[in-house]
Amino acid sequence: MAQIIGLPKLSPTMEEGVLVKWVKKVGDKVSPGDLVAEVETDKANMDFNIEDDGVLLHLFVKEGDTVKLGAPVAILGKAGENVAALIAQGAAGGAPTAAPAVAAPAVAAPAVAAPAVPAPAVAAPAVAAHAPTATAAPSDGRLLASPLAKTLAVELGIDLRTVAGTGPGGRIVERDVRAAASGSAAPRLAAPAGAPAPSTALVAAPAPVAAPMSSDTALAKLADAPGDWTDVPASNMRKRIAARLTEAKRDVPHFYLMRRFDPEPLLGFRTRLNALLGDRGKVSVNDLIVKSAALALRRVPECNAAWIGDAIRRYHRVHVGVAVAIEDGLVTPVVRDADLKGLGVIAAEIGDLAKRARERGLKGHEITGSTFTVSNLGMFSIERFTAIINPPEAAILAVGGVSDEPVVKDGAVVAGKRMTLTLSCDHRVIDGALGAKLLAVIVEQLEKPESLAL
Amino acid sequence: MTADATDAPLDLVVIGSGPGGYVAAIRAAQLGLKVACVEKAELGGICLNWGCIPTKALLRTAEVLELMHRASEFGLKTGPIEVDFPAVIKRSRDVASRISKGVAFLLKKNAIEHVGGTARLLPRPGAWRPHQVHVDLVGGGTRVLSARHVIVATGARAKPLPGIVFDGERIIEYRKAMTLPTQPRSLIVIGAGAIGVEFASFYRALGTEVTIVEYLPTLVPNEDAEVSAELGKAFTKRGITLTLGHKITSARNAGDRAVVTVEPVAGSTGPVELTADIVLCAAGIAPNTEGLGLEHHAVSFERGFIKVDDHLRIGDGLWAIGDVIGRGLAHTASAEGVWVAEQIAGGPTVAVDYTTIPACTYCHPEIASVGLTEAKATARGIPLKVGKFPWRPLGKAVAAGESIGFVKVLWHAETGALVGAHMIGPAVTDLIAELTLAKATEVNVESLVYTIHAHPTFAEAIKEASEAALGHAIHL
Repeated sequence: MAQIIGLPKLSPTMEEGVLVKWVKKVGDKVSPGDLVAEVETDKANMDFNIEDDGVLLHLFVKEGDTVKLGAPVAILGKAGENVAALIAQGAAGGAPTAAPAVAAPAVAAPAVAAPAVPAPAVAAPAVAAHAPTATAAPSDGRLLASPLAKTLAVELGIDLRTVAGTGPGGRIVERDVRAAASGSAAPRLAAPAGAPAPSTALVAAPAPVAAPMSSDTALAKLADAPGDWTDVPASNMRKRIAARLTEAKRDVPHFYLMRRFDPEPLLGFRTRLNALLGDRGKVSVNDLIVKSAALALRRVPECNAAWIGDAIRRYHRVHVGVAVAIEDGLVTPVVRDADLKGLGVIAAEIGDLAKRARERGLKGHEITGSTFTVSNLGMFSIERFTAIINPPEAAILAVGGVSDEPVVKDGAVVAGKRMTLTLSCDHRVIDGALGAKLLAVIVEQLEKPESLAL
Repeated sequence: MTADATDAPLDLVVIGSGPGGYVAAIRAAQLGLKVACVEKAELGGICLNWGCIPTKALLRTAEVLELMHRASEFGLKTGPIEVDFPAVIKRSRDVASRISKGVAFLLKKNAIEHVGGTARLLPRPGAWRPHQVHVDLVGGGTRVLSARHVIVATGARAKPLPGIVFDGERIIEYRKAMTLPTQPRSLIVIGAGAIGVEFASFYRALGTEVTIVEYLPTLVPNEDAEVSAELGKAFTKRGITLTLGHKITSARNAGDRAVVTVEPVAGSTGPVELTADIVLCAAGIAPNTEGLGLEHHAVSFERGFIKVDDHLRIGDGLWAIGDVIGRGLAHTASAEGVWVAEQIAGGPTVAVDYTTIPACTYCHPEIASVGLTEAKATARGIPLKVGKFPWRPLGKAVAAGESIGFVKVLWHAETGALVGAHMIGPAVTDLIAELTLAKATEVNVESLVYTIHAHPTFAEAIKEASEAALGHAIHL
């Protein structure tokens, strides 16, 4: 039966989106996980992936239209189906027959923080809900669960929306709730793509570059009872991530510095920049932070360095890596000589690198040679986090999101905004005072964003 | 019509057309597979022709007769009531034949080729080649079917206990027991499982003197102890002699009668001779695995039954379902057939859940159950809330004149899940469906007691028993 597809929530704070581009057109056959459109949200351009099989029978919105969350965007059904009634219903603003996807991004990895550069951030692969025999929620948004599963979920404090059902028709049954409670999360691990969110530390870390695989393959024991787990074979990328990050976290003496600052001048500056750029592109907050970090490294060159065993190597050029989440992993493409490039150039470069990163189209030299890394989880409503250093670099900057909060201004508490930056430093290269100096310069430039143009 | 192995291979050959085989064939055909079903005897197998169905026809006769004897209770007068035994048997055969024809119709409707003959697997010509099934056709001649998948659904047959030889005259098995030329004046039934108590119940209703000999100390030993005890009381009241806890040492045809020697399993008393017109051995079954060519396919066996893996496979493209793998009943075989057909077709499927298979025995009073008995649940340390509701206070039962038996439900004391349900009395073989659904779909006790049950019905007893488990039955 044909159904109206509503605009899903593609970012946690999204309330509406601009349909930037239809990737599929009327008459196209789609399968779960297919990219059907690109949608610009408050944070970034996001991929809108379909969750169901069928043929696109009607599109309610044109490219460039602004669409409210949940509003009808398309009709999905079987070829040749009569959808006149549904078109009337949708055009009249009728409720979608298919609830918008619960689009907590299944891959909670750091998108390159590139709000509003062309097609930047990580898409939320909608396929997470579509394991072959395990379905988190049917497409009509109803939750199918047995009475026993519901009772048990309350007792064990399990959110049924996060549980994949293995009963007939994807129904959540007792064993699924017990699996979720025991943490083995077998049904979710069985999902083919958009696997469960990895740990924050892992996510926060920058990309692995080509490195020998660790021979340490000791298996984590997930659960005791047979059938309580599924082993998902690790991709080569996953193995490299595991090896590199284990090594980094184990061998690099990390310490962490945090600064909160008022991002309002920065946001205003960005708005003005984008107005000036017009249709020539968009600059994101993350682009500004990359630029600020690059300039700061120029001004505090002791931090643009690496521990090489018996010496500290100071780099003469500033190359900033930007962590980009891709399916089942992440990569860190590099903006070379970022201190020398204008903001428009940096924005365009990051946009291009991020896009090709997700298409796995990056060349080897584009993901190696960085001297510092920026990782941003702000678009996932992360307030602040600590990242793992990407050796041989000596530091990494973890960028949190903008939050509205009461601030003290001229002795009075007023509504304001705050953003938090966390710098992880390699103590072999950077001491506390030095790291504080670097972070101070980064923050000062962001508070007086005109300095980024100098 | 002839074909040989040079024809394009079929998707599936099913050997056997019982409730496992024909259901598997139909489900596979529904899913678009090209299917043939080989049967050496009547379509429908034992269940339809010599088991479930014809015995239910006989037991219906018994039920009607018993009610007629109680006619005055219901304000009716009858003349003398006589049993026309050959007519009773004929009705049973007619019912079986009608149902069997129904299977022929269904196979045809689903474009499944019915091959009448005896099948034998040939060695596989190569690891990736189709299986070859040789068939000795019923009308003479042979044929070789080639198929990517083969399901062995050949069922089982009665197996005499040691020391007993069937002679088809006075020492018989179930098949003969439903086609006797005359009604026996006396009958000894060996084995108090479902088949034994059903025949005992039938012949006793007709007026035959019936003695049941059972090795274990109770009737229907697989059922809950309270159900077994209730049936024992009811059978005794009906005049059936129970010789429980006894083993058979010999059974012989003494010309004008059959003589059985039994002795107690425990205790010191010596052997006793029992005599009757007929001895029915209703204990022990043997799977039909001979002559199937299984020796070519590295098949292993467990107590004679074909051993299968977690998906009911016995090898690549080779599957087995039903009594030949020894997991239970007709409906188990059908469920296995659907599951295997869906696995072969590659579509979505749900594995058979062996913990939710209902069991029904159609003696009078009827017995039905699903899940664990109280003894088994307790032995596993499952905390229980047990509720029991007798028929006696139930409006519908009083009106119907049914007072024997009860409904007993075992709910998990912590999760509210149904652990088991055990019923004896009117309509229970149909009522068990509600509790089977409850178990299979994880309906908990709270959901059940807030489900409105129509009044007056027998089904109300299920709700009342569940309320009793929670400590607040309305009508107790």
